[in-house]
Amino acid sequence: MRAHSISRRKYISEAISGYTFVLPFVISISVFIIGPLIYAFIISFKDFSYLNPSSSHWVGFKNYIGLLNDQTFKRALLNTTIYSLFVVPTQLFIALVLALVVDSDIKGKTFFRVAYYIPTVTSTVGNTGFLCQDGFSQHPVGNVAHDRAGLNVNFALPSIMMMAIWSSVGNYMVIFLAGLQDIPTELYEAAEVDGANKFQRFIKITLPLLRHVVFFNLVVSLIGTFQIFDQAYVVSGGSGGPLDATMTVVLDIYKTGFKDFNMGYASAMAFVLFLIILLLTLLQRLLFREEMY
Amino acid sequence: MSKIFRFFLYSVAIVYAAITLGPFIWSIITSLKPTSEIDSLSVNLKNLTFGNYNMIISQFPFLRWFFNSLIVAIAVTFGNLLFNSMAGYALARINFAGRNFIFIIVLALMMVPGQVVMVPTYILLSKLGWVNTYWGLTIPFLTSSFGIFLMRQFFLSIPKEMEEAATIDGLSRFRIFLQIVLPLSKPALTTQFIFMFTGNWNSFLWPSLLTSSDNMYTLPVGLNSFYGQYYQFWNQVMAGAILLTLPMILIFLVFQKQFVKGISTTGLK
Repeated sequence: MRAHSISRRKYISEAISGYTFVLPFVISISVFIIGPLIYAFIISFKDFSYLNPSSSHWVGFKNYIGLLNDQTFKRALLNTTIYSLFVVPTQLFIALVLALVVDSDIKGKTFFRVAYYIPTVTSTVGNTGFLCQDGFSQHPVGNVAHDRAGLNVNFALPSIMMMAIWSSVGNYMVIFLAGLQDIPTELYEAAEVDGANKFQRFIKITLPLLRHVVFFNLVVSLIGTFQIFDQAYVVSGGSGGPLDATMTVVLDIYKTGFKDFNMGYASAMAFVLFLIILLLTLLQRLLFREEMY
Repeated sequence: MSKIFRFFLYSVAIVYAAITLGPFIWSIITSLKPTSEIDSLSVNLKNLTFGNYNMIISQFPFLRWFFNSLIVAIAVTFGNLLFNSMAGYALARINFAGRNFIFIIVLALMMVPGQVVMVPTYILLSKLGWVNTYWGLTIPFLTSSFGIFLMRQFFLSIPKEMEEAATIDGLSRFRIFLQIVLPLSKPALTTQFIFMFTGNWNSFLWPSLLTSSDNMYTLPVGLNSFYGQYYQFWNQVMAGAILLTLPMILIFLVFQKQFVKGISTTGLK
C-alpha cells in the first residue's frame, strides 16, 4: 500500500517534470507554427489583404484555381524545379566525393575538412557578393541597376545554382563523413582478403551501407532547394528578374504577400509548396523502403 | 596504380580547397584595395588600406547592424540551446502521457517549410506591435524541431547509469538535467550552437520581412540595402561582405573540433 503510493507519487512528479520540460516548445509552436498554419489554411480560401482586413471575404477555391493560370507562378515552379533537379544531384555527388577524399589517409585532413565546411557557415548575402564579383555574372548585386545593366537572362539561374552548391556542399559532406566512419573497417579488410579492389569495395560495401545517409541527405537537400530564396532575392534585388529568370516559389510568395499584399493568394501558393515538399519526402521514403528488401 | 590514385586524391582535395577558400581570400584583398585599383587584377601591396572599412562604418550604420545581428543571434541561440535541450531530454528520458504524440509533432514540423506561416506570423507580430523590434526578431524563433530532434538522439546515446545513481540520491529531474546531463552534452550543444548561431546570424528572409527602418536592420538586410546603392564599388561591397562573414568563420574555427565530434555523436544521419 505504502509502496504503491510512493511509486504513484513518483510517477506524478515525473509527469510534471516532463510537461515542464516540453512546455516552452509546446507554447512556442502553438503560437508561432500551428496557430499560423491553421490561419494560413483559412485565408488561402479568402480574398485577404492585410492593408484592408475588413474587406476580406470567402472565395472558395478561387486562389488555388488562379494559380493554374498564373504565368509568374508557373515560371517560379519551373525555375525551382530546374534548380532542384540540377543542384540536388550535383551537390550530393560533390559532397560524397569530398567525404571519401577526407576520409582517406591523405595528409592535412583536418585542414581540408575545415576548408570545405567554411562556406556553409557564411551568409548567402555576403557570398553572393563574393561570387558575383568573381565572375559568375556582370553586374549582379544591385537593385534597379541590374535590370538595366543586365544580369544575363540565360546566366541568371545557373549563377544562383553554382552559388547554392558552393555554399552548401560542406553540410552534406560532414554528414556523409559521419556515415563513412560508422562503417566497420573489418568489412573492408575481409573484402581485401577476398581480392576485391578499391572500386569493388566502394560499390559492394560503402554504397549499400551508406544508403540511409544518402536518403537523409537527399531529403534535406530537396527540401532546402525548394525553399530557395536568399540568392534569388539578392541577385535580382528582390524582383525575380530579369524576365522572371530568377523567380522562385518562395520569392513569388514573398512578393505576392508583402509587396502586393495579396495575402490569401500568397497563402495558397505556400500550401502548394508545402504539398510538393510533403509529397517528395513521402515518395522518397517509399522508394527507399522498397529498395531495402 | 596506388600512386596515381594518391595523386588524384590530393588533386581533388587541393582544387576544391581553392574553390572554397579562393573567393574569401580574393574578397579580403579586394576589400583592402583603393577604389582606383578595383578593376585591375594585380595587387599592389603598398596601396592596401583599411579605408573602405572606415568609410562604410562611418557613412553607414554598419556597427548598428552588426550589434542588432549580435543581439538577435545570441538571444535566439541561447533560447534554442536551453529549450531544445529541455524538450529533447524529456522526450528521451522522462515518462509522461503524450510523449510519443509530442515526438510525432516534432518530426512532422520538421517537414513544414517556414514560409507557409510567413503571412499569419507577420500579421500576429504586427498586431502585437512587435514588427521592427527585437521581440519580433527573437521570440518566434526560440525553439526548433530540428534542434529538439538532434538533442533527443544525443541523449538516447549517452549511458543512463549516472542519472539513475543521481535519482537514488534524491536529486530532482531539473537538477539532474542541469548538473549531470548538460555537462555531458558539450559536443551536441556545440553542434547546435554552430547551427543556430550561424543560421540566425545569416538569416535573411525573416529579418527583411520583420524590419522596416534601417536602425533595426540586421547585418544581412543592411548589407543587401547597401549593395543596392554601392554595387559598383567592389572594394566597399566586399568590405561589408567580409564584416558579415568573417565573424562566423572565426567562430567555426574556434569550435570546429567539438563540432565534428558532435555531428557523429548526435546520430545526425
